[in-house]
Amino acid sequence: MTEYNWPKRDASTVIGKELDRVDGLVKATGAAKYTYDINLKNQLYAVALGCPHGHCKIKSLDISAASSVPGVVHVHVFDHAQPDREIEWEGELLVVVAAESEGAAREGLSKVKLEVEKLDVFTSAEDLQAAEKAGRTSKGGGKVETVNEPGDDDDEEEFVEKEIERLLKESKYVVEGYYGIDAITHCCLEPHGSTVEWKDGTLEAHLSTQNVSGTDEQFARDLKVTADNVTVHCDYIGGGFGSKFAPDYWGIAAAQISRETGRPVKFMLSRDQELKIAGNRPSGYIKVRLGADEKGVVQVWDSVSWGSAGAQGGAVSHSVLPYVLVPKNYRRVATTIKCNTAPSRAWRAPNHPQACAMSQTALDDLAGKMGADSYDVFLANLVNATNEKADVYREQMQIAAKLMDWKAKWHAHGKGGARGSIVDGLGMALHTWGGGANESSCLLKVYPDGGVTSFCGTQDLGSGTRTVCSQVLAETFGLGINDVRVNIGSSRYPNSGASGGSTTIGAVCESHRRAAQDALVKIFDLAAAELKVAADTLEAVGGKIRDRNNPAKNLTWQKACSLLGLKPLETTASYVRGTPSPLSNSGVAGVQMAHVEVDRETGVIRMKKFVAVQDQGLVINPKTCKSQIYGAVIMGIAAALFEERITDPATGVFVNAELADYRLARLGDIGEIVVELYEPESERIRGVIGNGEPPAISPKAAISNAVANALGIRVPVIPLTPKRVLDALAKA
Amino acid sequence: MTDSRNKTGSSSGFNRRDFLRGSGAAAAAAAVQTQAAQAMQDSGPAIVRGSQKIALNINGSQHDVTVEPRTTLLDVLRHQLDLTGAKPVSADGSSGASTVLIDGKPATASTILALTAVGKKIQTIESLGGDNPDPVIQAFVKHDAQQCGFCTPGFVIAVRAFLNKNPNATEAQIREGLNGNICRCGTYANIVQAAVAVVKGA
Repeated sequence: MTEYNWPKRDASTVIGKELDRVDGLVKATGAAKYTYDINLKNQLYAVALGCPHGHCKIKSLDISAASSVPGVVHVHVFDHAQPDREIEWEGELLVVVAAESEGAAREGLSKVKLEVEKLDVFTSAEDLQAAEKAGRTSKGGGKVETVNEPGDDDDEEEFVEKEIERLLKESKYVVEGYYGIDAITHCCLEPHGSTVEWKDGTLEAHLSTQNVSGTDEQFARDLKVTADNVTVHCDYIGGGFGSKFAPDYWGIAAAQISRETGRPVKFMLSRDQELKIAGNRPSGYIKVRLGADEKGVVQVWDSVSWGSAGAQGGAVSHSVLPYVLVPKNYRRVATTIKCNTAPSRAWRAPNHPQACAMSQTALDDLAGKMGADSYDVFLANLVNATNEKADVYREQMQIAAKLMDWKAKWHAHGKGGARGSIVDGLGMALHTWGGGANESSCLLKVYPDGGVTSFCGTQDLGSGTRTVCSQVLAETFGLGINDVRVNIGSSRYPNSGASGGSTTIGAVCESHRRAAQDALVKIFDLAAAELKVAADTLEAVGGKIRDRNNPAKNLTWQKACSLLGLKPLETTASYVRGTPSPLSNSGVAGVQMAHVEVDRETGVIRMKKFVAVQDQGLVINPKTCKSQIYGAVIMGIAAALFEERITDPATGVFVNAELADYRLARLGDIGEIVVELYEPESERIRGVIGNGEPPAISPKAAISNAVANALGIRVPVIPLTPKRVLDALAKA
Repeated sequence: MTDSRNKTGSSSGFNRRDFLRGSGAAAAAAAVQTQAAQAMQDSGPAIVRGSQKIALNINGSQHDVTVEPRTTLLDVLRHQLDLTGAKPVSADGSSGASTVLIDGKPATASTILALTAVGKKIQTIESLGGDNPDPVIQAFVKHDAQQCGFCTPGFVIAVRAFLNKNPNATEAQIREGLNGNICRCGTYANIVQAAVAVVKGA
C-alpha cells in the first residue's frame, strides 16, 4: 500500500505556488467552448414560454398558430401545462418551440395562445402575520437547550418559558432586535441549458452543469433509457453557485425534442427565465431577544425565525441559529412560508449566510448597547464557539484587525465624526464550514515517452480545478504543470462527485494524488533496478528520478518512463467520501471585516475596505484560492447592498428579472479588498479543504454591522438599499 | 454589394440603395421600418420576414452571411461564424458580455442588428488572441482576472477599449470607467489589478 501524503512546505516545488491557471488563456481569448457555445450541425434553437402569473390554473393552451410559423419545426408542451393543471410560480415553463433560428422560435412562441384562471398569489415572505392569515405557514422546527432542567413534575414548555424569562431578566444587557435577509437569485451569466443530440439511440448532452458525473443517470432516468446511452459533456461552465446539479425538466425536453425531430437542439433559458426559475436563495427573518453578562458574553438566546424557499416550502434551517456562537441557553423556533416563487436552489453555503446575517447582527447590536468595541464583544463570545475553532478565530481576528487598522479606525456605534452627511463605520463577522472531500476517481496514464494524462469526471466551476489537478500531478512526478494533461468535464471519465459544498478540491486532490503516487511507486521500482539503488531512496524532482542521498545518481523522467516498455502505465485511484485521509480534511474558520461610508442624506452606502482572513488547510494554488475569496466577498457586497428580487404582490411577477434592473455589484462598487490566506503549519498539515462556500458567508453580516456602527442604528433587512437606510433613519 | 460600397467610398456603413437593389423580394432594413409601421396601423404588430446575403468586415476579412432583419450581430458571430467569444448574457446589453469593437469603439453585439453593421470594422475577442495575445489578455491571465470565464471576453474587450482611450488611466479612473460589464463570480478586484498592470506595462 502506498502511503499517501503531501510534501512538506519547503520541499514543494509546484504545490503552494502562485501559478497561472492552465486554462486562463483559452478562456480570456474566447476560445473556451461553453455549453452555450456548442453549435452542432443542423441544430434547432429552442425557446420557451413561461407562465405569466404567479399562481393560476391553465384553462387552455393552443399551439396551432405557433406550429405554422415558418421555420418552426417542433412545439413541445410540458405535462404540467395541460388544462386544469395548477401553476404555482411565475416563469414556470409551459411550452417549448424549436425552430431553424432563434428568431423564428421566438416568433412561434408569440403565437401560442394561453388562457389561465388567476388564483390567489402570496409573495410577502417578510410578513409573517399575513402569511399566517393566508394559511401559508408551516412549522419549520426548533430546539431548546437550558442549563437548568425541568423537574419531573414541571410542564416542559412552561418551564422553558419561565427559565428564558428569568435568564433574560438576570442579564446585565438585553438586546431585542429584528433582522432579515431577502431572497436573491443565482443569476448565472451562462443560463441553465443544454445543446443535445440523439444519434443512433444514444444521447450526447452538452450541459451547463456542476455535476458531470451525476447528470447522465438523471437524463437516462427521465428519458427511460439506461445510463450507458447517455454522455454528458461540460468543458466549461458559466457560473453555477449551487443551482446547476440537474438537467432540469427543460434539459429533458431538449433531449425529447431531439429524439422527436432527429436533430440536435440548443435550449438555453432566456435571461429573465434564468433569474425567475433557475435560482432562488431562501429569505430569512428573525425576532431575537438575547441576554448577556457584564462582559458581553451571551448567556441566553430566544428567537423566532421565518422565511421562504418558494412554492414548495422550506426556509433557513433553525439548526444554524444563532450562528457559530451559541450560548448554553437558547430557544429557537422556525416557521416556513410557502410563497408563489420558484423553488429554492442551493446557494454557496446553504443556510449559513442567512444565519450569520440573522444572528451576528444581534451580537453587534449588543456591542452597540454596551458602548463597547464590537471586536471585544466578538472576542468575548468566542467561548461560545461550537466548532472548537475559538483559538483560530482569535488569531484570525488579530490578523484581520491589523490589516483593517481596526483600532485606529474604531469609534463607538453612531459616535464617529461626520464629513458633511457622510459617516463611516466598521463591522465584522465570522463563519465556519465543512468542505470535506467528495467522492472521486481518477484514471492516470503515464506513457513510456514520459507523457502524463489523467481522466476524471469532475468539472471546473471557475475555481481552477484543472489547474489544481495539474499541480498535484506535476508535484508528484517532479514535473512542470505544462508537462501533464488533465482531462475533466465528461461523464465518460471515471466518476467524480458534484461540485457543491466546497467538496471539489478535496475530491480531485485525493484521486489525483493517490493515482500519481501509486504510479510513482511502480516507476521507482523500475528506476531503482536500473540505478541499482533501493526504491525507497528515490525522489522525483526537477524532471528527474534521483537518489535522495546521491542526486548524481539519476534518470531523466523520460528515461525512467521508457523502462515501462511498450505500454503505458495505468493506475486508477478512488476516494470514498468520509474516509479519514492525510490528504484532505474538513472544518474551517474565517473572519471578515468591513469598513463602509454611509451618506445620511441619500442613504447610499460605499465600500471603503474589506478584509477576509480564511483557513482552508493546505493551499494548492494561492492565486486561484485568493480569487475564490475575492469573488465570495464581491458576491457578498452585491447581496448586502444591491440584490433585490422585487415581486409584484398582486400577480407574483418578478418585475426586475433583467440585469439592467436586478442590481449586481459592478467594478466600481467594491472598494479595496484584502485577502489573507491563513495557513500556519497547524492548518497546512490537515490537508486540503474546500473554500468555495466559507468566505461567501460573512460579508452580509459584516457589512450590516459596519453600517450599524456608522449610523448608530440598525438597518434591519438586507439588502441595505438607500431607501431602507433612509427609512431606518426616519424611524430612529 | 461590397464592391459597390468600396467604389462609392460610403463611410456610413450600411448603404440602403445598394442593399435594396440586391435584396429582390426580401425585406430590407428601411423597408422593414415602413412596412412594419404600416402593418402596425393595419392590424397591430406584424413580423416582416425574409433573408438577405450581406458581407461583414470581421477581424480584418470579409464574411458573407445570411441575415433576416431581426438577426443581431451577436447571432451572426456565434451561429454563422462560430465566433463564440462574445456571449449572450443580456439581450439589452446591460451585462456587456457581448462587447465587440466597432470601428474601434466598444459596443454590445446583442443590441446591434447585423444589417446595421455592414461597412463597419468589427473586431471580436478572437482577434486579440493568436500567438502573441494582446497585453490585456496576458494581464487577465497573470492576475487571474477570471473564474468561470463567461464574462471574460467581453471584459477584455471593454478594458482594451478603455485603455486605448485612456492609456495612462489611474486606478481610480479604471474603477470609474469599467462599469458597463458584469461579472457574477466577482473577479473585479483581479480585473483592476490586470488593468493597472497593463497601464504600467508590467
